[in-house]
Order: sequence, then structure tokens, then C-alpha cells
Amino acid sequence: MVSVKNQRTKIDRGEEAEQVPGLAKVVETPFKESQALTVNQPDDPTARSASPPLRERVYRHRLPVRISHWLNVPCLFILIMSGFQIFNAHPALYWGDRSDRDQPLLSIRPIRVENGEMRGVTTILGYKFDTTGVLGYSDASRRAFPAWATIPSAKSLAMGRQWHLFFAWLLVINGLFFATYSLISRHASRDLAPTGKDLRGIGQAIKNHIALRHPKGAEAKRYNVLQKLAYILILCVVAPLMILTGLAMSPTIDTAFPWLLMIFGGRQAARMVHFIACFSFVGFIVVHVAEVILTGFYNNIRSMVTGWFVVKHEHEGSSHEI
Amino acid sequence: MKYDRVIERRQFLKGTLGAVSLIALPGCDNLSQGTWFPSILSKAEKLTEGVQRAITPTNALAKEYGEGDISKVFPANGSTDPGTADYAGHVAKNFSEWMVEVGGLVQTPVSWSLAALKEFPARTQITRHDCVEGWSAIGKWTGVPLGDLMRKVVPLSNAKFAVFHCADVDEEGVRYYESMALVDCYHPQTILAYELNGAPLDVPHGAPIRLRFERQLGYKQAKYVMRIELVETLSGIAGGKGGYWEDEGYEWYAGI
Repeated sequence: MVSVKNQRTKIDRGEEAEQVPGLAKVVETPFKESQALTVNQPDDPTARSASPPLRERVYRHRLPVRISHWLNVPCLFILIMSGFQIFNAHPALYWGDRSDRDQPLLSIRPIRVENGEMRGVTTILGYKFDTTGVLGYSDASRRAFPAWATIPSAKSLAMGRQWHLFFAWLLVINGLFFATYSLISRHASRDLAPTGKDLRGIGQAIKNHIALRHPKGAEAKRYNVLQKLAYILILCVVAPLMILTGLAMSPTIDTAFPWLLMIFGGRQAARMVHFIACFSFVGFIVVHVAEVILTGFYNNIRSMVTGWFVVKHEHEGSSHEI
Repeated sequence: MKYDRVIERRQFLKGTLGAVSLIALPGCDNLSQGTWFPSILSKAEKLTEGVQRAITPTNALAKEYGEGDISKVFPANGSTDPGTADYAGHVAKNFSEWMVEVGGLVQTPVSWSLAALKEFPARTQITRHDCVEGWSAIGKWTGVPLGDLMRKVVPLSNAKFAVFHCADVDEEGVRYYESMALVDCYHPQTILAYELNGAPLDVPHGAPIRLRFERQLGYKQAKYVMRIELVETLSGIAGGKGGYWEDEGYEWYAGI
């Protein structure tokens, strides 16, 4: 059954629609109306062999998800960069409750070497790395993270904290909004939770990702298993860890919830975990943006702006589906 | 050859990572330098204070540690010597003439000498000092609970803040001061400390008297306290933000 509406052909496919409920099913052909009619005429085998891949438009991201996603972008950038500014005020990390300055687990320091030259030295668990130009000493200034990576770019702990704490609230409020929406609309259970079939296919999914082979056709309409696991890891583990370690660094919150210090092993340990969680976010963002580019930059960006995502069906596949 | 490639890769990485910041950073810097945007950012402080006060019981205690947890070196930050002739005179006389005056919006203003303060029942607590810079140190403080002094002077009903006037002056001649909400003066761990780790407070750590306000960050722990003034509003005192560091752009509510 085919009906034509302004170049878009709506199709009714009961089973497919069940898999991704709530998503409108629309097929768009690059042809003019008259041609589209001919092309999609299933009784005309000659027309079928001549037609290009069918373009199906799916409504992939609903408005609340899109708003929440784009709010995350400035929030995360500002939080990471203002966090580096705050870190620069005491560029060392420790375990436990105290910061015994003679035994940091990580430190980023400017050091004057024998010939009088300044070098940036990053020390991790006693191993020293020369990171001049980026960490420790950059652009003729003694600073752990370089000016281009901090907000504000000049040294200002007070301003860095203002930015950080404001956007931390914004991120938390946005996160609560997203979590509430996802649970109520069943976005979480329907789109994010991996199915048993997903999990059984994890080995193949890893192989495909390493080979940069990405799902096509109907499979591209839903999140793949690694994507789901990455989102769940960020939403349910890294983000809560970030918030809890941030709160554990608050002397007031520590009096209200003493268990925070217990679970992280002390305030300085919480600061360290906060830093690790930060770099987990950085890693996630790098992979996320790389996948966005690899799987069709324009299509992905459009789907996160307008909601509409285009799936191309190979000829054989699309003909039997219709 | 290999070294060149490392440099190249580093430059590339720097370029890529920096691309966003190149566009966004000047914008953020401009916003930081204006007045309207920081005033929006500072709204977060009110939210933080409101939420933290709502979820934290008024007398919830900061964690107290054991003797074994005490930091071997307790760093002295900020001013480590007021450096004035007046203060040097007090050091020479071992602070025997040092007075702490509590006045302002109170029924009966009182001045206590160091010896008189030591006659009050003392409180000793091993607590963690959290600097705004990020480091923490654990020390054993002994002093008189500020609440006990407040009950002697009896604050008037319009008193909202206690302002701590200190003996230290910065290079530009600006006097150090701090302030806290009156309610926090009565917290059991809020003390005027005269001992650190069992010895009289030394000059770098705020001799002879410093405030311990355990539920907030280090810059609130005023050193060299001379006078405590109860006021209704903080505007009109120095920069009007309630403290030396607050006038420099740090939050007045330093609970996080």
C-alpha cells in the first residue's frame, strides 16, 4: 500500500514500526512525484531495477532529547575548561584525605633545568614526563594546563570557580530533566537499554567498530549495542560519579553526608576521582564526535537539530521490506 | 625524524583541541571581564547556599580525625605575617596585651584578653582544612567556642552577620577581614583557636587568635582576629562583599 504526499511516501510496515515505536515512518525518494510513483510501484519489476536506494526518513530524536543534548555541549566544554583553571591553582592529585605535598600521585610542575631554561614536567606515580609547551610550562608561563585550555584563559581561580559552579548547576538541572523525561517517555527502556539480542551481538559489534563498519539500513535506525553501553556508562556511572565527587569536595556537604568521604576514601581521593571522571568525559566526547563524523556528519547533526534522520536502504533490502 | 613527527602530532593535537577554545575562549574572556555576566554566574552562589543550608542539619559536625591523621606539615597560606609595627610589638610581648573585642549590634560589648579567652571551657578538634586551591591539611585546633562568647554579648535581633577584623594588611594597605552568618557562629565547631597541634598558634598560622569555621573553605578562617563586629548588612564595609577574598571575586558562601 503506497500513498504519495508531497514527494514523501508513507508506508505501513507493522513489524518494523513495533521495533522503534513512536518513530514516524516516512520514505523519501530523490525523484519528483510522478517518477516516485513509478519507482515505488511494486508490480513493475523494470522500474525497481532502475531505481536508486530508497531514502527513509525517521524521526529519531524527540525535542526534549535534542534540547538536553545541545545544552550539554556548552556545559561540558565550560565545566572541563574551568575545571582545568581550578586544577591549576594546585596542580597535584593525592589519595586519602590529606594532600601530603611530598607524595602526590600526579603533579604538573614548571621546573628550572640546569641551563636555566624552564620545562614543564608531569609526574605520574613517580614517572616524569617532559610536557613543556602543553603541561607545566606553556607560552612562557608557569601553568599546569595551558591558556587555550582554561576558562578564563588568564589565571583566575575566583572566575574559574564562578563559571564552574554555575554550569555545574545547569548540567545537573539538565540531567535531572533528561532523566525524568527518559523514564516517563520510556526513552530509557526503549532506546537506551540493550536487549538480550544486542548483548549477544556484542562481539560482532566490537569487530565492526574496529573495522569502522557501521550499521546500515534498518539497523541504523536504532542505537547499536556499543553506543547504548557507552551512553549508559556515561549517564549512569560517570556523570553520577562526577556529581558525587564534586559534592564530596564540599566541606558543608561532607557534614551532611559523611558517607561520601567514606565511599571515595577521603576528600583528596574524591578530587582525584573527579579528575578521572573528567577525562572519561573527554574520552567519550572524542569518540562520540568521531562516530558522528564517520557515520554521516550532516545526517547526524540534522537529526540532532530537527529530529529527522535519513536511512538509505540498499535495493534488495528495501524492495522486500516494502 | 621521529622527534619531528612527535612535534607535528603534538601541534596537530594542540590545533584540534584548541580550535574550539580559539573560537569560544575570547568570548568567555570578554564575558568574564564585563559585569553583567559575572552577576548572572554569581546567582549560582545563592542557589548553592540555599540548597546546602536546606539539606545540612544546623549542627551537623565536620568529621573529626584521630591524632595519627594530622598532617606533618600544615601549610600556611595567604598572609603569613601581618608585618606591622603594632603587630611586631604584640609578638615581642608574647601577645599578653592582645584583646579581642566583640561589639556592634550586641547588648553588652565585651573585650577579652588572650588569658581571659583561655579561661572559657576549651574545645579541641582534629579537623580537615580545605583550601579553595584544592589541597587539604589536617590539624588539631584548641580554642573557645564562639557561641559561648555570643551568649555573653547577646546579639540584638537585627544582627545578621559577624565581621572579623584582622591585624594583617596586604602590600597595597588593604586590611584583611572576613564575615559569617550569625547562625554559623553558634555551630559547636566554630571556635576562636589559640592552639594548633598542642602548641600556641605561631605567627604564620594566625597568632594569637584565628577563626575555625569548619564547614567552609580555608579563606574564611580569618587569622590575627582583633575585633568581631555584629552587623545587619555587609555593604559599606571595605569592598562590601563581606571579606578580603570576596572583594577579590571569591564567593562569600564558601561551602563548596
